[in-house]
Amino acid sequence: MLRSASVPVESTKPFSLHPIARLLIIGLLALAVVTIFMTINSRGNWDFVLPFRGRKVLAIIVVGTAIAISTVIFQTITANRILTPSIMGFDALFMLVQTIAVFSMGGAALAQTDPKIRFVVNVLVMTVFSGALYWWLFIKANRPLHLLVLIGIIFGTLFRSFTNLLQRMIDPTDFAVLQDTSFASFNSVDRTLVGIGATIVGVILLMVALRNRILDAMLLGRATSISIGVDYQREVMIVLAMTTILVSVSTALVGPITFFGLLVAHLAYHTVGSSGHRYTIPAAALYSIIFLVGGQLILEHVFNFNSSLSIMVEFAGGLLFIILLLRGNA
Amino acid sequence: MIEITNVTKRYGTTAVVDDVTATIRKGGITSLIGPNGAGKSTLLGMMSRLLKTDAGTITVDGLDVTSTSGDVMARKLAILRQQNYFEARLTVEDLVTFGRFPYCKGRPTVEDKKHIDRAIEYLELSDLRYRFLHELSGGQQQRAFVSMVLAQDTDYLLLDEPLNNLDMRHSIAMMQQLRHIVNDLNKTVVIVLHDINFASWYSDEILAMRDGRIVYHAGPEVVITPKALMDLYDVEVTVETIQGKSVGVYYGAMNIATPRHHD
Repeated sequence: MLRSASVPVESTKPFSLHPIARLLIIGLLALAVVTIFMTINSRGNWDFVLPFRGRKVLAIIVVGTAIAISTVIFQTITANRILTPSIMGFDALFMLVQTIAVFSMGGAALAQTDPKIRFVVNVLVMTVFSGALYWWLFIKANRPLHLLVLIGIIFGTLFRSFTNLLQRMIDPTDFAVLQDTSFASFNSVDRTLVGIGATIVGVILLMVALRNRILDAMLLGRATSISIGVDYQREVMIVLAMTTILVSVSTALVGPITFFGLLVAHLAYHTVGSSGHRYTIPAAALYSIIFLVGGQLILEHVFNFNSSLSIMVEFAGGLLFIILLLRGNA
Repeated sequence: MIEITNVTKRYGTTAVVDDVTATIRKGGITSLIGPNGAGKSTLLGMMSRLLKTDAGTITVDGLDVTSTSGDVMARKLAILRQQNYFEARLTVEDLVTFGRFPYCKGRPTVEDKKHIDRAIEYLELSDLRYRFLHELSGGQQQRAFVSMVLAQDTDYLLLDEPLNNLDMRHSIAMMQQLRHIVNDLNKTVVIVLHDINFASWYSDEILAMRDGRIVYHAGPEVVITPKALMDLYDVEVTVETIQGKSVGVYYGAMNIATPRHHD
């Protein structure tokens, strides 16, 4: 060894709050926001207020968890912390499906369709499309993952352009119906659908929990994870499948909402103090809940629904994110 | 023993590795040298199962690298690459712990912790144990990665151009670490090198490739000769014996033959 003759000293572990303690703090914060949301301005109408608001909170937990998990695991397998699953054109595909439905059946017909049928159709179309894309590129043609992502981006642009074209051709009332679906909203989520969504997200959460150490190993990149015995191809395929289902479910439930996955994932990475997925995924999910419930709270009680949740969440989250970066916590 | 039998890898119609058969003996350092595009890294990539073979088989102590399950191979053979960039924030200890993944699947036992401690001590990283990798210098990071593959406790260690981007001092440190590992711990190292003199100085055997085929497979005293190097690189090299090792001098070579092909 070419080192100066310093005596090797066993360094002690520098003090740092344990990730579990940090998770607990984030969890308490989430609990506080939920409690405020449930109780503010209730005027004693508990029988009405609790189930009514509870349903929204449940929908938020399902969707928030789905987005948090999908963003974190997608970033792990792509070894890239700028990408989110929305870059693969999921939001764009969702809007295209809605636009085609309005274009072919008219806005009134779409508004009258059973939300359960719309949910199933949306989830199916999105899962089948991305499943086919992944299978074709990654398994059959054995292309590298980054080509897959690139093609996803191009498909996204294609979908958006096609959606724009169709939207210019439909009549203005139909367009208004469409405009409505292009903003995520928790105000009118069907109760049964939330139940179905919760079940699907719960099952996937369990699958992710069971393979969290494998995900940790995949943070080291393809070569190193193969070197230490990870069945890389298989694991990537599993993660892509889980991501697809999660994004499809959350989008079909409330509309395009993957925008803030990047934000909550990075907040989790920066504040939880560990790269282990057993900490980053719960932290990201809790941040999702804080932002969505908090955003909904401000939307309802400050702006009287005269704004959109995405504006709220991105404004507050963006600010917080810039503060974090400037403080050098990155 | 690594047995390579009739291995071919094609990109399009070009065979980058063309029907190669070779046996790499157990123990010692075997270097892969040759001009750019000779197929060295591709051959190493197939041995380390990062690349699929188009034809032929590669076995390590009788285990076929393509059909043996990942975690069995991971206890036999470790791979170390130079470009190890990733965004996760890991400490030296975290990284070395990943070396035990094939045994503990991410949940280290007392036995695993002993291996981790030993690997950290062996590379004198004890005082950097809780530091984050991105806070360390290039040379320290490299030691952390070597420590990780040591913790993996495999008989075989494959390295693809580990001296790229390393200065003189770190290159020597790297090669001496490998020599120590081979001598003390009885491991087998297979390494792709560009610098013929590092190959000459530290290898027990050299596997020299050109145009996807193995041209020489012998000790440094046979491969590091003017004739062999002319065959490989089309460069006239003066070979001197310094401290008992063959050293090639080629920096002012005048008679550069027209390359037989371009990459």
